[in-house]
Amino acid sequence: MSLRRRAAGAPVDLADQTFPRLLARQVAERPGAVALQEKRYGVWQPVSWQEYAARVRDFGHGLASLGVGRGDIVAVLGDNRPEWVIAELAAQSIGAAVVGIYPTSLDEEIVHVLTTAAIKVVVAEDQEQVDKLLKVKDLVPHLAHVVFYDPHGLETYEHEWLRPFEEVEEAGRAWGEEQPAGWFEEQVAAGAPDDIAVICTTSGTTSRPKLGQLSHRNLLAMAQNLTGVDPLGPDDRFVSFLPLAWIGEQMIAVACGLAHGLTLSFPEDAATQRNDLREIGPHVMFSPPRIWESMLSDVQVRIDEAGWLKRKVFGWGYAVGDRVAAQRLRGQRPGLADRALLRVADWAALAPVRDQLGLSRIRRAYTGGAPLGPDVFSFFHAIGVNLKQIYGQTEVCGIAVVHHDDDVRFHSVGVPIPGTELKISDDGEILLRSSSVFRGYVGNDEATAEAVSPGGWLHTGDAGYLDDGHLVVIDRAKDVLTTPTGTRFSSAFIENKLKFSPYVEEAVVFGTEEITAMLVIDPQTVGAWAEGEHLSYTTYTDLAAKPETYDLVAEEVHRANADLPEEIRVRRFLLLFKQLDPDDDEITRTRKVRRNVIAERYADLIAALERGDPRVRVSNKVTYQDGTVTKRDIDLRVLDLEGYRPPDRTKQRPVWSSRR
Amino acid sequence: MLTRAYRFELNSSRVPIGEPQLEVQDVSLRFGGIHALSEVSFTVRRGAVHAVIGPNGAGKSSLLNCVSGLYRPQSGRIVLHTADEDGTRREHDLASSRPHTIARLGVARSFQNIELFGHLTVLENLMLGRHIHMKHRMFPAFAWFGPARRQEIAHREFVEEVIDLLQLQAFRHAPVGSLAYGIQKRVELGRALCIEPSLLLLDEPMAGMNAEEKEDMARYVLDVNELRGVTVMLIEHDMGVVMDISDRVSVLDFGRLIGDGTPDEVRGNQAVVEAYLGVDE
Repeated sequence: MSLRRRAAGAPVDLADQTFPRLLARQVAERPGAVALQEKRYGVWQPVSWQEYAARVRDFGHGLASLGVGRGDIVAVLGDNRPEWVIAELAAQSIGAAVVGIYPTSLDEEIVHVLTTAAIKVVVAEDQEQVDKLLKVKDLVPHLAHVVFYDPHGLETYEHEWLRPFEEVEEAGRAWGEEQPAGWFEEQVAAGAPDDIAVICTTSGTTSRPKLGQLSHRNLLAMAQNLTGVDPLGPDDRFVSFLPLAWIGEQMIAVACGLAHGLTLSFPEDAATQRNDLREIGPHVMFSPPRIWESMLSDVQVRIDEAGWLKRKVFGWGYAVGDRVAAQRLRGQRPGLADRALLRVADWAALAPVRDQLGLSRIRRAYTGGAPLGPDVFSFFHAIGVNLKQIYGQTEVCGIAVVHHDDDVRFHSVGVPIPGTELKISDDGEILLRSSSVFRGYVGNDEATAEAVSPGGWLHTGDAGYLDDGHLVVIDRAKDVLTTPTGTRFSSAFIENKLKFSPYVEEAVVFGTEEITAMLVIDPQTVGAWAEGEHLSYTTYTDLAAKPETYDLVAEEVHRANADLPEEIRVRRFLLLFKQLDPDDDEITRTRKVRRNVIAERYADLIAALERGDPRVRVSNKVTYQDGTVTKRDIDLRVLDLEGYRPPDRTKQRPVWSSRR
Repeated sequence: MLTRAYRFELNSSRVPIGEPQLEVQDVSLRFGGIHALSEVSFTVRRGAVHAVIGPNGAGKSSLLNCVSGLYRPQSGRIVLHTADEDGTRREHDLASSRPHTIARLGVARSFQNIELFGHLTVLENLMLGRHIHMKHRMFPAFAWFGPARRQEIAHREFVEEVIDLLQLQAFRHAPVGSLAYGIQKRVELGRALCIEPSLLLLDEPMAGMNAEEKEDMARYVLDVNELRGVTVMLIEHDMGVVMDISDRVSVLDFGRLIGDGTPDEVRGNQAVVEAYLGVDE
């Protein structure tokens, strides 16, 4: 599949713009084109740029009538809907900033954000979110108004806080008419590029989330630099299904979206995302690794269920695609014969799979936030999806380093985007400087001073090195450990090698002398494997305790060990009886393991792993949804890999199948 | 602009809240020598969730079948009250009416054993629920133009609101037979709602469900009742659920009414406790 290149779009300098001014520009240029669309009642309901701007104006007036002014912060708590971005642009139009709260957040996180940012107005989605806010109302004295956009179930609520979104728009319209003519336009014109536009929470694996402030200039400079490498155009579509509270979604959906006039599509429901993605067929995507991994497991499960002919055809087509992709990634041009074969393979095997995944129009797909396994990377390149790694963090608008087309190396994260300086400090930390470096944390000057040096360098806190101009990230600098023999390594480095196995969902590694690991199996892939092996099981706990499952994972660990230096190979492991759950605080909402929680909760298991006990007993408390609590004792096995020999097998498991 | 609030009313009864809507008066039903129901009387008031409980074979489903016209009781009356737009009250005796007449009066029901069209999609099953409201002549319906087309679109909008209410979006185009049991139960409820009920009869809506599915279903039943104003009469075995969501409970045992009152009253009723827990002899 060839990659169409476009002339780089915007003639204006984005770094001197603001989001509301870019919205006005889109309205002036293409008032009737579709800006947003949401699937409702089974039909995509379009909103043109003109309608979008009109609703932004009304809601902006409405926010002003509720007492929001320049420099204030408005919070949005809910799933991705047109109202989310309307509220965002409305706040920015009158000089306020927006902070997104993850819709899955619980009381403590919500209170933390609302009090830190002194929020007066929250735009909440529905009854669920309103209930959460009402529950903590005594802890958030600043909060004066809650505006909700999905009224279902709220009809009978009576609280002076609450108002429906449409009522605020209407009130805003009336309020706007009382203002002198051109009030709104003046507000938009008064907004400066250095005003704070968006506040994103950092994921906080170690402490409470910090609120990073990003200005219009920060975000638009990023958009300009990114699209300088990877152009976007007004015909391009984007499906917005990851939380808008996440910098990655703000970066493409809002910043690049307004700069280049992308059409944003909002899925109907969390359960229909995949299907809606397929209906839209976006041109660009940015998702964390788990999305790509789950797409691959989906393909694996479905191909394993297909008949032998389909498996054969796909196997052949995949082999062709994989070979050509490997040539391209090495910078070679595939030969005539290979290109001809690829056309056939694409038609017969690869294009249908891309279509099933909703990737048939995709020009560029990005992954970021965590490392992605080489297996997953090569799978997407083989089926013709241009998947590239992004490296960045909230403090630098989500992106600083990216793979360039046809220069994708799976172990690196690419090269800096234009306008970005990168250097490695003497102690191995990655430092970045660009006009996208953030404007500090809300109410935490100390942390800001630690993050940005007076010279404007952002201390990422990540350890890394340069390899032929490409940046390679090791891990968070404070997590880098040293073995007794002096080898520097990080637990995450080993964990990622383990997680590259499709059967391993999470891995937590302990120790410096003898490396041990606590593994969490992926119920989908291991379940499908068990089905293929005619292995019956009842629950997740049962499946994870099966000796056959241990054997399966042992082989995978053995394979991961082969990639690791002798001193840091995994010696022992156990399979945890449950999945890690954000509701239990074991993992963050963006699925990063909270090591301190794990260390405390599973201290017995970890001690047994270290001692090398063959078995360990734990008692587990389960709270069911109806509130009943049961306690069970579980006997877990610790498998020692000392002297382990993998069973002889002539055939390796292909990437696209969970069968051997 | 399409707002998020629903545009259609699900409830079609104009009887004021709190007034009697269904009066079961001395109903007796026999199958040969077996007395399925003996002189059962109680009143369902408009706007209530009214549960009918009882041990197996107590006559609960028979009672529901009498109300919906599938069985014809040998004696007694089942009076449904309706009101016209101008407020004029009417009484209909369901005990002597045919099932389709009763359906036209807005009495909708779901079945204990799912009675959907397994090969049709969720959407098609729900559209069938709208059937009694569709009025088109044969030719326009075949050719799908003009009024027939407009009408079908309007009905589809109604159905889509039900899909939204019951969160069936992900299953819209899936054949019902391929769906999980809990989802099929939800589709049954949806189809009954598509009739625009004045009275909704649910026969064990939570039977065979796990705790989470039961909780979801209870939520949907409450939404339908509290937010959409539909009177619900339901049969249920799960006492926890019944006591949580019902305004009023009638208890049957061997075809006789042995208790009738609020959940708290019924819980304290000695005859009910004995029927459920047995008596020491």
